[in-house]
Amino acid sequence: MLSFIVRRTLSAIPVLLGIIVVVFFLIRAIPGDPCTAMLGEQATPEGCARFNEANGLDEPTLVQLGIYMGDVATLDLGDSIRFSQPVNQLLVERLPLTIELAFSALMIAVLVGVPLGVLAARKHNTAIDSGTMAFANVGVSMPVFWLGLMLAYFFAVILKDTPFALPPSGRLSAGTISEPYYEIWGWDVGEEGFWAKLHEFIGNHVIFNSFITGQWSVFSDAIKHMILPAVALATIPLAIIARITRSSLLEVMGKDYIRTARAKGAKEGRVVRSHALRNSLLPVVTIIGLQLGLLLGGAVLTETVFNLSGVGRALFDAITGRDYAIVQGFTVVIASGYVVVNLLVDLSYAYLDPTIRVE
Amino acid sequence: MLTNKQAIEQLEALAADQSLLTEKPLSQGRLAMKRFRGRKSGMIGLAIVMFLVLVAIFAPLIAPYDPDDVLIGEVDNITRRAPPCIHVLGCDPELPQHILGTDGNTRDQFSRIVYGSRVSLTLGLFTVTLALVVGTSLGAVAGYTGGWLDNVIMRIMDVVLGFPSLLLAITIVSVFGPGLRNALIAIAVVSIPAYARVMRAQVLAIKETDYVSAARALGAAPRQILLRRVIPNAMTPLVVLATLGIATAILEAAGLSFLGLGAQPPLAEWGSMLASERNQVFTSPHLVFFPGLAIMITVLGFNLIGDGLRDALDPTLNR
Repeated sequence: MLSFIVRRTLSAIPVLLGIIVVVFFLIRAIPGDPCTAMLGEQATPEGCARFNEANGLDEPTLVQLGIYMGDVATLDLGDSIRFSQPVNQLLVERLPLTIELAFSALMIAVLVGVPLGVLAARKHNTAIDSGTMAFANVGVSMPVFWLGLMLAYFFAVILKDTPFALPPSGRLSAGTISEPYYEIWGWDVGEEGFWAKLHEFIGNHVIFNSFITGQWSVFSDAIKHMILPAVALATIPLAIIARITRSSLLEVMGKDYIRTARAKGAKEGRVVRSHALRNSLLPVVTIIGLQLGLLLGGAVLTETVFNLSGVGRALFDAITGRDYAIVQGFTVVIASGYVVVNLLVDLSYAYLDPTIRVE
Repeated sequence: MLTNKQAIEQLEALAADQSLLTEKPLSQGRLAMKRFRGRKSGMIGLAIVMFLVLVAIFAPLIAPYDPDDVLIGEVDNITRRAPPCIHVLGCDPELPQHILGTDGNTRDQFSRIVYGSRVSLTLGLFTVTLALVVGTSLGAVAGYTGGWLDNVIMRIMDVVLGFPSLLLAITIVSVFGPGLRNALIAIAVVSIPAYARVMRAQVLAIKETDYVSAARALGAAPRQILLRRVIPNAMTPLVVLATLGIATAILEAAGLSFLGLGAQPPLAEWGSMLASERNQVFTSPHLVFFPGLAIMITVLGFNLIGDGLRDALDPTLNR
């Protein structure tokens, strides 16, 4: 098992390096340079020379790449030119929102998608089955930004003044502030340094932070703001998960060992729960891992629609604003997250299917 | 998007299954046609797409106005962002009839949506053709030659797959500049690995078959074997992938247009129509609702055909 983990982790390194290099050159191929994007009218040759020198852009490209690789290895992602802030600080501020959004969406997709798929498979070839699959087909065909806008309209305008009204944008209502747990618990974490930033990063997960510190009004406000974006983002993965669960369960239900279980006189519910479901979950787990890329792409659109300042939106603004450091840094982080999740998927494979462990 | 990735895995497994190659191609094809016709959802998808193709071809006959015509001053009592007005359904006869309302520039939304079908169908077909040609060529070469070339090609494909596809598309469009054509290229590039991987798996299975050995023994050149024997026999799963790919391409192009990177105004493209009116969603929801609905129906049509084809071509899934 250990050698499996090591081998699998090592095989991810060339892909990660490739991604860093590709992004590094792609962003430098974008027409327009950071100097003119930042200084605008004042971008005189002398001004630009000073600007480039200050930001290390006067070195040859390959030297810049070498310096960047070295920095990434020491977890320094450079400074954003636009925000005049370290990229790490921007990640501390913005990544938690995207994590909470993607995680909420994934929870909805799994908690609704898997039972729906099981239901459709159990009621195979009935109206419930065709209804669920029709729903799934419509779900995968919906543009996420359209669904988001329509949900916002429905819950903020049509259901206004009802108990079901939900806020259409932002992360918290104006005036609502989430106190980080370390301040509430009187921990002195300092201002600078890795641990201070780590605490800040954890504390910026508003839903998580307000939950563990018992700030219930903040918690319910944050949840209310999260429902619509999360549902919009969850729809496509939900539909895909429901479809895969159904077809995978149907396939397993046709296996000999299911017939054996039935022949032993096991009740149908038990056959499904203890014999079929676990074996049918393998493809479902793969798909859940693959959804992450979709969620991150969808996050750009969802964050745009719901005015959320997460990494998706920031990355989009950075690409159009030629902010090299943000694009590189965020892409490296996102790609690493993607690689890590797929690693976890492979490991859960080994947990779900013992034959993989033996190999 | 992910329907594709999932489809790739299934198709790769299918491609690895040599037993499927032993049946006669013709009877297999006829069988598949018969099975496809038996699938209700596939036929519904086909009907939707046929309908959209007809709408696109006969757009000038269907649309009451020119899609880019600003109607203020031309039509009496017209207002900006007027809600849908259909006279037979009791709309005030004083008001001009616009069955899906008018947009912020007093253009007839129904006409724009009708013409938009041309844009979406063309971009779907174009993108998939481009990705299919490049992807299958790369996959075929990688699979047939093997060795270092195979390694290089497939590692590059891995890197492309390592990005969330929409983010990579955004980056590529930024490099070449916003616009529909560049958006198409970007979407094609991000979908190349899918075709390459499936094609490679197919070729690996087919190159061990007897008819390829026979061709080789007869002294056929590798290029000839690849073009005449291997590729034609490897296309089946790629047809499925391509159909689902059209759906994905339309959805991603709409997403790019929504972000302002794809089709530019005043072109009647559904994603950019929706984007330009998104801030009015609370006051004029019809301007967001109908373009989005058009995207959804189109994507649904291709998804249903793709699913139907997959079930028809893979008997083991057909239950």
